[in-house]
Amino acid sequence: MAIATAGAPAAQVRTRERLESVTVRFAGDSGDGMQLAGTQLTNTSALSGNDVATFPDFPAEIRAPRGTLAGVSGFQVHFAARDILTPGDQVDTLVAMNPAALKQSLKELKPGGTLIVDVDAFDAKGLKLARYEHSPLDDDSLDGYQLVRAPITALTRKAVEDAGLGKKLSERCRNFFAMGLVYWIYGRSLEPTLRFIERRFGKDPAVAQADTLALNAGWNFGETTEALERCYHVPAARLAPGRYRNLTGNQALAYGLITAAQRSGKTLFYGSYPITPASDILHELSRHKAFGVHTFQAEDEIAAITSAIGAAYGGAMAVTASAGPGIALKGEALGLAVMLELPLLVLNVQRGGPSTGLPTKVEQSDLLQAMFGRSGEAPLPVLAASGPGDCFEVVQEAWRLAVRLMTPVVVLSDAYVANGAEPWRIPEPGDLAPIAVDHPGASDGTQPFHPYARDALLARPWALPGTPGLAHRVGGLEKQDITGDVSYDPDNHEHMVGVRARKIANAVRLIPEQSVDGPADGALLVLSWGGSYGPAAEAVRRARGAGLDVAHCQLRYLNPMPANLGSLLKRYRKVLIPELNTGQLRMLVRARYLVDAIGLNKVQGRPFSADEVLARIFELSDEGTDA
Amino acid sequence: MSHAVAFTAKDFESDQEVRWCPGCGDYSILAQMKKVLPTLGLAPEQIVFVSGIGCSSRFPYYLNTYGMHSIHGRAPAVATGLKLTRPELSVWVITGDGDGLSIGGNHLIHALRRNLDINILLFNNQIYGLTKGQYSPTSPTGQITRSTPYGSLDAPLNPLTLALGAEASFVARSVDVWPKHLADTLSRAAAHRGTSFVEIYQNCNIYNDGAFSWATDKKIKDEHVLELEHGKPMVFGAARDRGIVLDGLTPRVVSLGEGIGEDAVLVHDAHRDDPTLAFALSRMRHPAFPEPFGVLRAVERPVYEARAGAQMASARAAAHAPSLDKLFASGDTWEVA
Repeated sequence: MAIATAGAPAAQVRTRERLESVTVRFAGDSGDGMQLAGTQLTNTSALSGNDVATFPDFPAEIRAPRGTLAGVSGFQVHFAARDILTPGDQVDTLVAMNPAALKQSLKELKPGGTLIVDVDAFDAKGLKLARYEHSPLDDDSLDGYQLVRAPITALTRKAVEDAGLGKKLSERCRNFFAMGLVYWIYGRSLEPTLRFIERRFGKDPAVAQADTLALNAGWNFGETTEALERCYHVPAARLAPGRYRNLTGNQALAYGLITAAQRSGKTLFYGSYPITPASDILHELSRHKAFGVHTFQAEDEIAAITSAIGAAYGGAMAVTASAGPGIALKGEALGLAVMLELPLLVLNVQRGGPSTGLPTKVEQSDLLQAMFGRSGEAPLPVLAASGPGDCFEVVQEAWRLAVRLMTPVVVLSDAYVANGAEPWRIPEPGDLAPIAVDHPGASDGTQPFHPYARDALLARPWALPGTPGLAHRVGGLEKQDITGDVSYDPDNHEHMVGVRARKIANAVRLIPEQSVDGPADGALLVLSWGGSYGPAAEAVRRARGAGLDVAHCQLRYLNPMPANLGSLLKRYRKVLIPELNTGQLRMLVRARYLVDAIGLNKVQGRPFSADEVLARIFELSDEGTDA
Repeated sequence: MSHAVAFTAKDFESDQEVRWCPGCGDYSILAQMKKVLPTLGLAPEQIVFVSGIGCSSRFPYYLNTYGMHSIHGRAPAVATGLKLTRPELSVWVITGDGDGLSIGGNHLIHALRRNLDINILLFNNQIYGLTKGQYSPTSPTGQITRSTPYGSLDAPLNPLTLALGAEASFVARSVDVWPKHLADTLSRAAAHRGTSFVEIYQNCNIYNDGAFSWATDKKIKDEHVLELEHGKPMVFGAARDRGIVLDGLTPRVVSLGEGIGEDAVLVHDAHRDDPTLAFALSRMRHPAFPEPFGVLRAVERPVYEARAGAQMASARAAAHAPSLDKLFASGDTWEVA
C-alpha cells in the first residue's frame, strides 16, 4: 500500500467524504497530554477555516493515580463548515488512550462512531484500574462502533526510536501519534502542529524530533490501516470577514481588561488569589506588564479585593477575580466598595458549589450570590458573558458602567466559558472608542469639596489623592449625602439606601434594550444567560428548523435588567429558562415580572447539550398543542 | 519633596469632631501626628491615611489629608494596592491590636514581608475598646475582661517579635504620652524607606486603664524603660546605674560600677542586618526586664513598589512599543475574506 507523505492532502489515496461538522474527543490519563492534543486540533481546524468550539474536561487532581477513572482527562473539539455554538452533543470520533478513558467517555460516542483505542494500554493492570472485569475489546460491547485497535504505545515507541529518548520519554509522545491519526481521518494539515513543536520544544531537539516522528507515524498509520474505512474533509466555514485567532474565555477576559484600561487611559491593577478556574486570567495578565498592568498575587481573597479597592481609590482601573468560594470571602469588601462608590470589577468564574464543590467543573450557581451576597442593601450591576469571545466585550462594558456610575460591577463567567476556545475576530483599532473617565481638578480650597455630590445619574465624583484642595475621607460608615461626613441620622440612611439603589437602576439608561432572536411574540421564548447561550441558541435554531414557534433571548445584563425585558417576556405564552443551577434566574424573573417561567435545570458539572434544551422545547410545544 | 508654602499643624486638622472618649491615649497620638506631618515637606493632598475598624481606625477622619476608613483588619492590603499604583503618595496605616493582630494578622505579616514604603502604626491598648471591653491578642494571660470573667486563656502575641519574624525592615515602639519620643519615632518611621512598623502603647482609660502605667508614671518609669538609641550603650535607671549585657544569646540586666562600666554594656545597633539582637530586645518585657523603646531595627531592604516599577519598565523596554494590535495577533491568526 502506498504511504502518503505525512501532512499532504491524502485525496489521491482515498476519496475524502465531505462533512458539515465533526466532534472529536481525546480522552486519556491526566498525564497523557490530552489537553495539548485537543488544543492543537482546535487551532489546526480553526486555521483551516472551520468554526470551532471546545470543551476541556479535566479532573481537579493534578495527577490522580495513573490509569484510574479519577484521573481521566478529556478534551472535546467541535469543528464545522458552518458557525457553531456548542462543543458538540455527541462525539463522532473518540480516542481512548486507556481503559479508564474508554469507560468514562464511551457514553459520549454516537452509535456507529469511530472509536480509536490504544490496545497496548488494555493490559491486565489497566483493565483492573478501570474496574473492568474483562477487556471490552474481547466481547461484543463495542460492536456498535467502528473500532480501531491501534497499538499506539508500541508504534510510538518504535517511531521515535531515532530520537534516543528512552522508553519513558518515548511513550510520552503517544498523544502526538493519536493526533496524527485523527489529523489523517479529517485531512488536517500537520503544519500548525509542527510549528508548535518547534516553538515549544525547539530548545530540546530530541523531544522535538520525537514528537514530529510520532505525529507523522500517526498520520501514516491512518493512511495504511484497513480498520479505517473512510476519511473526511470538513470545508471552511463562512465566518464574517476579518482576521481571526482562537481565544479561550479567560484569555478574552484578560485581553478585554487590558483593552478597557487602554480605552480609558488607566493603569490596570489586578489583585488576585489563585483559584480554579480563574487563575489563568492572572497568568495571562502577569505576562503583559509592558501595558502597565500591575498583577498582584495577594495573600488571600480578601487582600485581593481590598488591595484593588486601594488601587481604585488611587485612580487605577481596579479588578479582582475568583470563583464562588473566593467571591464569598470578598463579600464584606465588596459591600465596602458599594459604600465607597468606587469603580471596581469583580469577575466570578463560576464552578460547581457549594464550598470547594467541583473546582474544575461548570455551574451557573453564583447568580444569586452576585445579586445579593453582601450585608445590607447593596445593589450593584451584574453582567454575564455568553461565551469565550463575549468575555472580551463584557468586561469592557462592565468597566464603562463602573466608571460612569462609580460602582463595583460583577462579571459572571464560568468554567465552561473560561476554558473553552472559539475563533475570535480580532477587532480593528477603530472599533475601540475611548471610555470617558472624569476626575475633578484641583481646587483652591475656598469652597468645601463634596465627595458625595451627585451628577444626573447619581454618580459621585472620583477625586484622586494628590489633587490639591480635594482631600477627603471615605469609609464604610454611612455618610451624609453630599458631604460624605459620617452620619447616623435615620432619615439620611434611608435616603442613602435609596440613592444607591436608584443609581444602579440608572444603568438601564446606559445599556441597550433587550433583543430577541426569532419571532417577537408567540408560543415560547427560551431565555438564557451566561455560558448556556450556545446550547440554548443551537436548540432554538434546530427547533425553528423543525417548524416550531420559538424565540431565543440571551440576557447579558442581569442587574439591572434591560428596561423592555418585562414587556418582552409577556409577549410569549411560555418562557423557558435553561440554567446550570436549580432556578436562580427563574427566581429573579418570577419575582420581578410575575412571569411564571419554566426552568430547565442541571447541576452535573457539565454544560447543557443542545439536545437537552431541544427535548424540553419539544415537550413544551407538545403540551401547548394538547392544551 | 519641598514646598514653597510651609504647612502647620492647623493645615492637617479636619473639620470633623473628634469622638474618642475623653482621656483616651489616641488624642495625644493625633496631636503628635499633627506636629510631625508639617515637617515631612509634603502637602496634605500627598498623604493618605488608611485604617481598618476599631477606636484607632477613626484616626483618618480627624486629619485633613486623603483617607479611607476601610474594613476590619484589611488596611494593610488597601494600602498595598494604593501604594503600588501611586508610589508617589505618602501612605500611613493606622491599626490596633485587635484590627492588626487578630482579624488582620495575615495582611500585617504580608505587608511587612513585601516591604512597601508605607508606615504602619499599631495602637496597642491590650483590649477591644470599640466593642466594649473584650480581651485582645495582646492582653496578658489571665486578664479579666467582659468576655473572660474567669481570666483570658490565650497566650498574648508580642507585636515586635511578630514584625521581626515577618521580615520587617523598621521596627519601633513608643508610648502615647511621651510627646517628644513619639514625635521623633513617627519622624523616623516616615523617613525610613520600606515598611515602618511602630507599636504605640496607648492607654484605654475606659476598659484597660493604667495598662502601661509602669511606662507612663514619671515616678517609676525610669526603672522599667530602656530607651534605645543607635550607637549608644543600653543603660537605664534614674541614676543610669544599670545596663544590659548579653549572656550568650540572652540579655541580662547588670548593675554598673564595681568593675562593670558602660563599656561592658551592649551597644545598640539598629542597622544590623542580622535580626538576632532586635529579636532578643523584643523579648525583653516588663516586669522581668526594662522594656526597650525607640527603634529596634532599621535596615535597608528592596522596596516592593520600586521593584514592581523596575519590572514594568524592563518589560516595556523589551516589548518595543506594545500595542493592542500586536497583543491580539500574537500566536496563530488567519484571514477570512
